[in-house]
Amino acid sequence: MNSKEVNLILNKYKRDQSSIIAILQDIQEQERYLPREVLEYVAQRLDIPLSKIYYLSTFYKAFSLEPRGKHIINVCLGTACHVRGAARLVDRLESDLGISAGGTTADLTFSLETVNCLGACALGPVMVIDGEYFGQMTPEQVDDLLKKYRKKPNKMKVSTKSAKGRKALKVTAVKGTKKVKKRKKKIRV
Amino acid sequence: MSKLASTAELENLRRALLDKRDPGEPCITICSGTGCHAYGCEKVADAFRKEIIKKKLSRKVKLRTTGCHGFCERGPLVVIYPKKIFYQRVKIEDVSEIISETIIKENLVERLLYVDPNTKEKIIYEDDVPFYKKQQRLIFGNNGVIDPTCIEDYLMAGGYRALAKILNGISPETVIDTVKNANLRGRGGGGFPAGVKWESCRKAKGDVRYVICNADEGDPGAYMDRSLLEGNPHSVLEGMIIGAYAIGSNQGYVYVRNEYPLAVHNLTIAIKQAERYGLLGTNILGSDFAFKVKIGRGGGAFVCGESSALMASLEGSVGEPRAKHIHTVESGLWDKPTNLNNVETWANVPLIINKGAGWYNQIGTEGSKGTKIFSLVGKVNNTGLVEVPMGITLREVIYDIGGGIPGGRKFKAVQTGGPSGGCIPEQYLDLPVDFDRLSEVGSMMGSGGMIVMDERNCMVDVAKYFLNFLKDESCGKCTSCREGTERMHEILVDITEGRGKDLDIELLEELGEVVAETSLCALGGTAPNPVLSTIRYFREEYETHIKDKRCPAGVCKELTRYVVDRENCVGCGRCKVVCPSQAITGKKKKPHKINQKKCVKCGACFENCKFNAVKIA
Repeated sequence: MNSKEVNLILNKYKRDQSSIIAILQDIQEQERYLPREVLEYVAQRLDIPLSKIYYLSTFYKAFSLEPRGKHIINVCLGTACHVRGAARLVDRLESDLGISAGGTTADLTFSLETVNCLGACALGPVMVIDGEYFGQMTPEQVDDLLKKYRKKPNKMKVSTKSAKGRKALKVTAVKGTKKVKKRKKKIRV
Repeated sequence: MSKLASTAELENLRRALLDKRDPGEPCITICSGTGCHAYGCEKVADAFRKEIIKKKLSRKVKLRTTGCHGFCERGPLVVIYPKKIFYQRVKIEDVSEIISETIIKENLVERLLYVDPNTKEKIIYEDDVPFYKKQQRLIFGNNGVIDPTCIEDYLMAGGYRALAKILNGISPETVIDTVKNANLRGRGGGGFPAGVKWESCRKAKGDVRYVICNADEGDPGAYMDRSLLEGNPHSVLEGMIIGAYAIGSNQGYVYVRNEYPLAVHNLTIAIKQAERYGLLGTNILGSDFAFKVKIGRGGGAFVCGESSALMASLEGSVGEPRAKHIHTVESGLWDKPTNLNNVETWANVPLIINKGAGWYNQIGTEGSKGTKIFSLVGKVNNTGLVEVPMGITLREVIYDIGGGIPGGRKFKAVQTGGPSGGCIPEQYLDLPVDFDRLSEVGSMMGSGGMIVMDERNCMVDVAKYFLNFLKDESCGKCTSCREGTERMHEILVDITEGRGKDLDIELLEELGEVVAETSLCALGGTAPNPVLSTIRYFREEYETHIKDKRCPAGVCKELTRYVVDRENCVGCGRCKVVCPSQAITGKKKKPHKINQKKCVKCGACFENCKFNAVKIA
């Protein structure tokens, strides 16, 4: 994310300090997490202490300070899903992906997250991958679903503009296990 | 589309729109609520669109994607007007047949009809489906009729008539009196009389006042606010505009959960459309009343459903509640008088203005008037959203509307009120549902989640689930809530993992009392409810966990051991196939065996065995 893109977001909210949560949401939507450099830049431009932004981004569950995977799996742990066995779904995903809930696979392909309720209770247990809903899931269905996504390039916006970055992503999309080179995003201020 | 300069112009527009519409024209409506979306309703709608063009029917038949119809269990739902023929679980493959048979030849596609599981009778019309029959869909009814992204649909359904009525010379005080006389109580959980709140806000000192719609529906297992906002956003906006007029506010906010992107999308469109028609903005319908609405998105914190925390979040701070010695109606958002109501409460307002307080008072019980939308979910046949008059019994909701418990299993409890509520056992199934009666049995109305549990649900596990939720969601401001919920959770984990001790139950009760009494906001104040109510009604189950180290429902892994009943096992091998850890061995047509060392207790064999041969030891 370059400074121009950040400014675009800041201007959308008229550089209003009280819109900070919406600004962080927009940044996260593009980057899938909140990179430190971007936060430092936002703090400076909005004249908000970086500590406050850190406070906000650790208080609200929607934010992540760590890079997240290409495909984001969200398992609903709402009551309705819980009574229909959502915990077993998480168990299966954790063992299949080799990470615990909240974690990201080493190859940055998947992030496994849980949410308190997606509001699709009639379909429980529900999980969402990259915004697509899968209802009435059983642990047995997990394998096949993950296989599909291992092959599939994600639908979400990838912010990398450089051809190099895109190439790196393509490689993971096919092979599924290769490590992605950490993309460096520097902001020129 | 131009701004409407008077209430008369609004009526003219409505009449013109209705004149253009032929009520006898066939119209295919497709539910596109979140539930049906997950079933792939979008593709079905696309298929209809293509088929209509292919058969050159564009002029003869209308297609409309609507909000949630409520019967999510059976999605994707298709209702064909004017007769309201009800098709369920419609797939892309069915589309061409529906067009050629039902639309062109007026025949039914029988296999898509809903079959009443009790009478085995095929039901043709939407209104005859038992799920809808006992409901009184005053607030939710329009969801299935209008396209939420089309303001004209809402206008044709009588939308913004209540707003026009008050702008035609009804004073703000009279509006407040009407809402007060209607005895409308807040639908977000507290049940505080809305009219009284409005009046205090109007009377509070200050020149600027704010109106907020709380759409931070955090209670797990509840999604009626989401469906209302997604399916009929204008009804909520109209309620807010009327409220703002009564209170004397010119700025409103809708605070929506981060997890509800479709609600944000539809609401954004609704606000723009209302602005273009002059129903929002300055000089609304030619009057000198001005009101604007902004959307605030939440950040995934449950505590932000609490009014003062929500306001802090809107201001761009962390959502921590504050002590309310001074109420938010006097000093709320940016220290200005602020009136906050929940989505469903706002949606009730136009109805009350249109039909009057007297009419509204006829529905419901002594202390709770009107209807309430519940999300009926969990172990029940017909999951979905139901709108029923206050005072209906739990049995009617769960058995008559919900169709009972799947798989012929036994009902165990129903959980209402979200994490602040409690579990209600079988003996209270005939309890009339209203604000006061639910509190009497140790639960609460909450925002309207109704989660049904059967004999395969462990009540200690349910209590643990809620405490886990609450300890994570506690904002951490009050020590008793932050530490108390954590300690209670630890005790529950111990009990469910076989480390329960004597006096644990008593300790939980004592801790619960302290947490409830010494926490600032409702989160801590009600946090012990799930534990206390399950202890109250299911004490034996706790004792079995602690003393016998056994989980009768087979949910707590550490206390569960699956074994094969050699007499029932026919050796079909199904369990072997589904076992993820290869713990099951056995030859075909011979009884199988579970290797306890390899077993990960996922329960797959138990769920999948058709011969009742896998048992909980």
